[in-house]
Amino acid sequence: MSANDVTVKVEQLTRVFGSFIAVDHIALEVGRGEIFGFLGPNGAGKSTTIKMLCGLLTPTSGAGYVGGLDIMRQSEEIKKSIGYMSQKFSLYDDLTVEQNIDFFLGIYSVPKARAQERKRWALAMAGLADRSGTLTRTLPGGVKQRLALGCAILHEPPILFLDEPTSGVDPISRRNFWNLIYMMAEGGATVFVTTHYMEEAEYCDRLALIYRGKIIAEGSPKTLKQSAMSKDVLEVEVENPVEAMEALDAAGFEPAIFGSALHMTVEDGAIAEPAIRQALADAGLPPARIQKIAPSLEDVFVNLIEVS
Amino acid sequence: MRIARVFAVAKKEIIQIRRDPLSMALAFLLPLILLFIFGFAITMDIKNLKTVVCDLDKSEVSRKFSSDLSASGYFKIVNPSVNYRDIERHLDSGAAKIAITIPRGFSEDIRLGKPAQIQALLDGSDANTATLAFGYLSAATDMFSAKISPRRSAPAVDPRMRVWYNEELKSRNFIIPGLIAVIMSVIAALLTSMTIAREWERGTMEQLIATPLKTTELLIGKLIPYFLIGFIDMLVAVSVTVFVFGVELKGSLALLLVVSAVFLFGVLSLGILVSIITKSQLPASQFALVITFLPAFLLSGFMISIINMPYALQMITRIVPARYFVTIIKGIFLKGAGLDLILSDLMLLAVFGAAVFAVANVKFKKKIT
Amino acid sequence: MGEAESEIETRSLVKHFGVVRALDGLDLKIPRGELFGLVGPDGAGKTTALRILSGIMDPTSGEAYMAGVSVTDDPEAVKDKIGYMSQRFGLYEDLTVMENILFYADLYEVARTERPARIERLLGFSNLTPFKDRLAGALSGGMKQKLGLACALIHTPRILLLDEPTNGVDPVSRRDFWRILYDLLKGGVTILITTPYLDEAERCGRVGLLNEGKLIVVDTPKNIKNSLGAPMVEITTHSARAGERLIRGKPGVLRVTAYGDRLHVALESMDRLTEMLAVMKANNLPVDGAREITPSLEDMFISLVERK
Repeated sequence: MSANDVTVKVEQLTRVFGSFIAVDHIALEVGRGEIFGFLGPNGAGKSTTIKMLCGLLTPTSGAGYVGGLDIMRQSEEIKKSIGYMSQKFSLYDDLTVEQNIDFFLGIYSVPKARAQERKRWALAMAGLADRSGTLTRTLPGGVKQRLALGCAILHEPPILFLDEPTSGVDPISRRNFWNLIYMMAEGGATVFVTTHYMEEAEYCDRLALIYRGKIIAEGSPKTLKQSAMSKDVLEVEVENPVEAMEALDAAGFEPAIFGSALHMTVEDGAIAEPAIRQALADAGLPPARIQKIAPSLEDVFVNLIEVS
Repeated sequence: MRIARVFAVAKKEIIQIRRDPLSMALAFLLPLILLFIFGFAITMDIKNLKTVVCDLDKSEVSRKFSSDLSASGYFKIVNPSVNYRDIERHLDSGAAKIAITIPRGFSEDIRLGKPAQIQALLDGSDANTATLAFGYLSAATDMFSAKISPRRSAPAVDPRMRVWYNEELKSRNFIIPGLIAVIMSVIAALLTSMTIAREWERGTMEQLIATPLKTTELLIGKLIPYFLIGFIDMLVAVSVTVFVFGVELKGSLALLLVVSAVFLFGVLSLGILVSIITKSQLPASQFALVITFLPAFLLSGFMISIINMPYALQMITRIVPARYFVTIIKGIFLKGAGLDLILSDLMLLAVFGAAVFAVANVKFKKKIT
Repeated sequence: MGEAESEIETRSLVKHFGVVRALDGLDLKIPRGELFGLVGPDGAGKTTALRILSGIMDPTSGEAYMAGVSVTDDPEAVKDKIGYMSQRFGLYEDLTVMENILFYADLYEVARTERPARIERLLGFSNLTPFKDRLAGALSGGMKQKLGLACALIHTPRILLLDEPTNGVDPVSRRDFWRILYDLLKGGVTILITTPYLDEAERCGRVGLLNEGKLIVVDTPKNIKNSLGAPMVEITTHSARAGERLIRGKPGVLRVTAYGDRLHVALESMDRLTEMLAVMKANNLPVDGAREITPSLEDMFISLVERK
């Protein structure tokens, strides 16, 4: 990525709360038009990082640049050129849809010439063109969240920070939401997303996996699954998953039930397979269908955590 | 009902109270603070009230009147012979709180056996003091009347306002025992009113109602710790009243404690009922304050005499439980009243407590609506 | 009104909140010992179902039976047989782990002689033993959920109702959690779990898809995934989004979704694949690979919902 294309850059970024290290010397770079995912469980440091990048929280140490602006010294300017959607929607429940849009138009000082156009766009995006007078409180989750996104980018910022934007939202709405994000990225916007939902991370171009304040891996979903995962994941299809699990547990494996199959991570699939068949046979269970499957991001994550 | 579950709730509540410094302070410090502030700061007694006398009669009798006033200790005559014109200036500047004008012909009227009048101008900006001052003045003039014409049955000067009187003219004696009732109400208002609402707000109630725990067990379990706190506060308040403020407890301590327990039960249940109805802490505590503390303070008769109130308000006081508690407390403290005298009021308190608890029990639903 | 045969059963369960119909005739039958996943759009449905089943909410109409007892008629009768975990953390943050467990042990009147062994096992299982004297508020999200589960299990219930128990939890804790659930299944416990995550639903014995208050499908994950009735192909390409736009609407294409660097395409038949690849090549979209896959539950859910 050439220097011109780097829109977000962070070096040794750290944030401490008392004795608790929320963000521990992280470094990353995000380019223009890229969808960058920040993946990790609750409490790992995602929200804290995003808040620092948005100028809402001062870092304890380290450096960061958003759109070329210094997060330590130019936090106010940064706020003007980014869009930020927080974890719990930032909309006012007791205002109507239109009133919320008007409010944010004002907050972001969208010039009058553009305001009407942007309002129309936001309403259309959320599917609320004919319902602008509806009370925000009554909107279903998925719609609210599209509206919140719309309000966050009324001023067409080049960089977008989304903090757990699809938390608890149904899969269809989630997909629609991501289609919007794709559209924006194609328009050249940089999108920085945090999520704890491993499968959602698959929508991103690149990911950083964060755990306990540290970045434990970075790369595209594909590379992560290939290179960060030294082990194989096997799927063992059986008729009685619970008994099979007991047998394999006893044999030293760590199987997890997935419906009617078992998944397990092993050092080497080729070596493990016969051992698995043996264990099942010893327990008097019928033979199983064993195949290697692609690791999920969760497998990758667990593997990385256990390794560190 | 399973006692084990009741105690489980009580134990949990106690652990939480102990771990929260704010509620501990509220529970134990606040009552003491209130007691000391009201006990010491509110003095309803007057001594050395700055007085000016405009003696237009300039007779021996009028001078005697002035000196009697002065001798009573309540009035400090800063100027015994002020000009009528200067009275206003004295009152305005606060140099005097009361200006007494003895008209020309005062002694003549008395000699002739006619009613003699004096004019008293009071600094009404402090209504309490003014009222008291007038009361004392009335009493003083009564005594003077009696002295100069013992044969008269009607007093020479007709008191037009009442005096808040007690035998020793020591207001502490009747304020502080009543104060205890107010303090107990504060505990209920602030502590119990939030306990149920807090669990709804924090999400722990949802988990709780999915268990076999019964409503009655929950309510009693929650009452127990606050009851203990209230009772301790009660003991401390009584001790302070007797040993620090020197108010004599003429009646039985045991009876006092029994009555307190009954009152506490009622007022704590009221706090819990508020918590059940409002379901959210902030309005709960405010609402509870309005329902328990304010009536206890204003309408129980602890400081503001009920009989002085407009009739409509007097009727309202009948449903203020603190009113009965105050009556009983004063009775036990000041008159040494025994069970026989206070029984009807005590019964009312008991009924109130039981009724409120019953309502709380019914109102609380182990359901999310 | 006949006897309920299943361990968990609902009949035409309806719940309205004003105009919102959270449940609109739910008919559920879960046999003893099953691990059932209820998935669906966020909103009232799933949580409402669980609340009604645990006796803490009244339905608008309909019946619900737990272990043969009508929970709508007599909720108190079942409460000692069920363990319920609310979506929001429901324990006392100002009490320690041990104090919380003991409190619940008291509420369920667990015999004192039973307690030490049981608590030790529960804590050990959840890796909470070193934290037993820590205030619950000081635990990480994952540990909190495990504590919640421990308190729901202290009285060894027959039925477990878990409302989105692994939301935002770190992957390692999530695995611990599921291991505990599998162990319970061995003991014959019936588990009803709700989740917004379809990948988690894959672990269940059967899955019910709840949409607009009704179940639109109830079956094993495998059967659901195989019910598309059309082959699905995964095409790996850098330009997934462009590819999606290109392919969508082309004859023979039933559905296409972009996931990061992959396209999932539902085709009329496998013959169409060569056509698709040719189209992509003609438009200069590089294809790294293409293979037939089983649709994911998410693919299925969306297809089922959109079909209705």
